[in-house]
Amino acid sequence: MGEVSGPPAVQRPAVYLRGLVKRYQEVEAVRGIDLDVAPGETFGFLGPNGAGKSTTIKILCTLVAATSGTARVAGFDVATERDAVRQHIGLVFQEPTLDTYLTGEQNLRFHGELYGVDRSSAAARREEVLRMVGLWERRGDPVETYSGGMRRRLEIARGLLHSPRVLFLDEPTIGLDPQTRASIWDYLHELHRGEQITVFVTTHYMDEAENCDRIAIMNEGRIVALDTPGSLKAAVGHDRVQITTADDHAAIEALRDRFGLDAAVREGTVTMAVADGASFVPQLFAGLGTAIRSVTVTRPSLDDVFLAHTGSTIRDAEQPRGMANPVVAAMARGR
Amino acid sequence: MSTNTVAAVRVPTGGLAHQARAALVVWQREMIRFGKDRTRIVSSLVQPLLFLFVLGVGLSSIVSAGNGSVGFTTFLFPGVLALSVLFTAAFSGISMVWDREFGFLREMLVAPVSTTAILTGKCFGGATVATLQSLILLALAGLVGVPYSPVLLLTLVGLLFLMAFMITALGLVLAARVKRVESAMPMVQLIITPLMFLSGALFPLSGLPTWLAVLTNLNPMTYAVAPMRTAVFDQLDVDALTRATLDPGIVWNGWAVPVAMQVAIVAASCVVLLAAAVARFTRTE
Repeated sequence: MGEVSGPPAVQRPAVYLRGLVKRYQEVEAVRGIDLDVAPGETFGFLGPNGAGKSTTIKILCTLVAATSGTARVAGFDVATERDAVRQHIGLVFQEPTLDTYLTGEQNLRFHGELYGVDRSSAAARREEVLRMVGLWERRGDPVETYSGGMRRRLEIARGLLHSPRVLFLDEPTIGLDPQTRASIWDYLHELHRGEQITVFVTTHYMDEAENCDRIAIMNEGRIVALDTPGSLKAAVGHDRVQITTADDHAAIEALRDRFGLDAAVREGTVTMAVADGASFVPQLFAGLGTAIRSVTVTRPSLDDVFLAHTGSTIRDAEQPRGMANPVVAAMARGR
Repeated sequence: MSTNTVAAVRVPTGGLAHQARAALVVWQREMIRFGKDRTRIVSSLVQPLLFLFVLGVGLSSIVSAGNGSVGFTTFLFPGVLALSVLFTAAFSGISMVWDREFGFLREMLVAPVSTTAILTGKCFGGATVATLQSLILLALAGLVGVPYSPVLLLTLVGLLFLMAFMITALGLVLAARVKRVESAMPMVQLIITPLMFLSGALFPLSGLPTWLAVLTNLNPMTYAVAPMRTAVFDQLDVDALTRATLDPGIVWNGWAVPVAMQVAIVAASCVVLLAAAVARFTRTE
């Protein structure tokens, strides 16, 4: 696959966006995005419904044309090199796209032929991806007998079948129970060990974003934050330390006088915000002077990050904008 | 790079061979689904059999077919073959609505192949399924006085395949804009049923009032049914008057359209309808 012109693919960004804008009639779904995703990265794209994530991913997958700006995937321009882009990406959509009458393996065969996978290696490749997602034993069963999690895993296997450079997953865990969600992520990590692939995933589950190397937070068509999950959380700052004590009043006074902290009783515990909770706890035990019964240190979550960057929680951000999502609105109009 | 992993695969870029593979696998999928759906095979035969043996036999007492040398069911036979192909092929094309509903259409349309390759595969699939089903009816030819001549049978199969391709393409054109499965069936009633009645499948085209003659001449299916009937009558020993009544061919304003041209019109309709379907699917997705 190294016969393509230009510099070697490994040195080019897997995803390259400059000034990307998408306008649906009066709604501006994407309002100017610049982004570079490095090859091999697991990149998370976060934001509430209607933030422009799905529109961006559809532009990257050549399903929707951008109004303006440049988008390149695996080195190919999505506007002018459509088939080359499609050849080098794997897609797992929000909505299922399997033929449930066919078996798992027949779905993969179909995909392999559509993508022109070399026949001599196709069977071995099918076995490899089916084993990777734990469906090899069930390959001969019709997909209609698969559970939701199995179908999703089959779609991931199918997305990988033609050895894409970038795997796009649009809300891959939506509608799945927490245990299945966790197992999907296990497979994605597994895949990263086996294949040199860039994974570009959108989600609105904050906890899932922790699985990514870097994340971008999108809100109202713009990227409002872009960094590693750790740095984003560090930028928010404070850990939350909660203690239960023999005498809460004395503890609060001691915290103010000796540590300069503004603590208060919340949910039955003395709660305070400190820069580094883990190293603060030993000082607390040494210097508080009041017996401590229990300690909880909570690192800031990506929910806190989202809150800090957008001023609302991801859940609240979704409520009033439900129908403002241009795609949903367009579908409702029967476009 | 990914080529270092053992089972990473090479994918070629574009090319006619790749497009052909894509069309072939779409065709294969239709075959797999057809093979699994036994009830569909049986149920789709019920209607043509009713037409042939119930309507045909029931009406033969009041229909004096020419001077009585040709039974009404014999006359009806090629028409009923066409009907069975019409409904099966139309359903194959319209099944794209289900593919959209269940998301599989997207899997096909985001692949690095042309929409033309996908839809061509679909048309060949629909045509093959419909033709295979009509073979069962074709086997009954002897029961209605149609001889088992190899030339006739091959001619009929070829014409049925061509017609089925055309009707599948028409089904695709119709399915392109239908977003909901519930809307698919009314469309069959609205478009496919008139095609059946206005094709000359169930009655001879001779001596029709002008308005009906014009409508049948506008129906592409008419040009598929007429050559089949001509092929059957070529094998029968009938007098000229009976033939002129039951197998009048197609007449445009006094000019008899040659059989070769009838077939060419069907072939041209295949291309036009397929192109229209490609245009509509490319625009909607």
